[in-house]
Amino acid sequence: MTDKMNHPDEQELQALLKREFLPLETAELQRDLWPRMLRRLEAHAPRVPWFDWALAAAVAAMLLLFPNVIPALLYQL
Amino acid sequence: MDLLERFAAGDLEAFEALFRQHQREVYAWTVRIVRDTGAAEDLTVETFWRIYRARQRFDPAAGNFRAWARRIATNAALDHLRHARKETELSEDFPDAHRGDPATQSELRGHLRRAFLGLPPKYRLVATLALIEDEPYQEIADAVGISPALVKVRVFRAVRMLRGKLNSLGLEVTAK
Repeated sequence: MTDKMNHPDEQELQALLKREFLPLETAELQRDLWPRMLRRLEAHAPRVPWFDWALAAAVAAMLLLFPNVIPALLYQL
Repeated sequence: MDLLERFAAGDLEAFEALFRQHQREVYAWTVRIVRDTGAAEDLTVETFWRIYRARQRFDPAAGNFRAWARRIATNAALDHLRHARKETELSEDFPDAHRGDPATQSELRGHLRRAFLGLPPKYRLVATLALIEDEPYQEIADAVGISPALVKVRVFRAVRMLRGKLNSLGLEVTAK
């Protein structure tokens, strides 16, 4: 559908709008936005909660300090 | 696997390639709606953020990435117009077309500008694209996700609202 603003009054208003607000068909991006995009992606990257890290560290420490529990642990698994 | 399939599968390099291919076009479309370069840059990033999050819903076989991106950009721009409506004043990034007009025209220009900025965002969006940017109704319809007939209705209503506001101020619209 390309029929636009047929009424003379509407054309007048359109002409006024075009005088007030210049068309921007030639507006161009002045810089690469990928670095900003990358920061946005990194800021929202899924993160492991601190509690999970603490739990993993505690389990690793326990296995290092008490290696004899490893067979029992494997048996339970 | 082609670029769109890799993007849909979550490949960041494919997303970067698509970003670099389409960022200028998304920006150019967005700036014509919001008419503010800074906001348009922010919205371009926001658009691609939405695209990235929605990648699993994109069908590489059937989908047209360009049209999809434009639809998302239009929605992001509309959200911006809604949130910024009360504070929005057109940026001085882009000069007026008529510096040096007679002072008698300045009152009408000021009222016209305020009336236009005061339009409900969904009307302002289609009015901007149709009346100022001369975009075909079909292009606007595809971008907004409505029919061309509804675009025409919204343009008509926007014109009526503008005329009503100007008439209520005792101003007559004549393009000279």
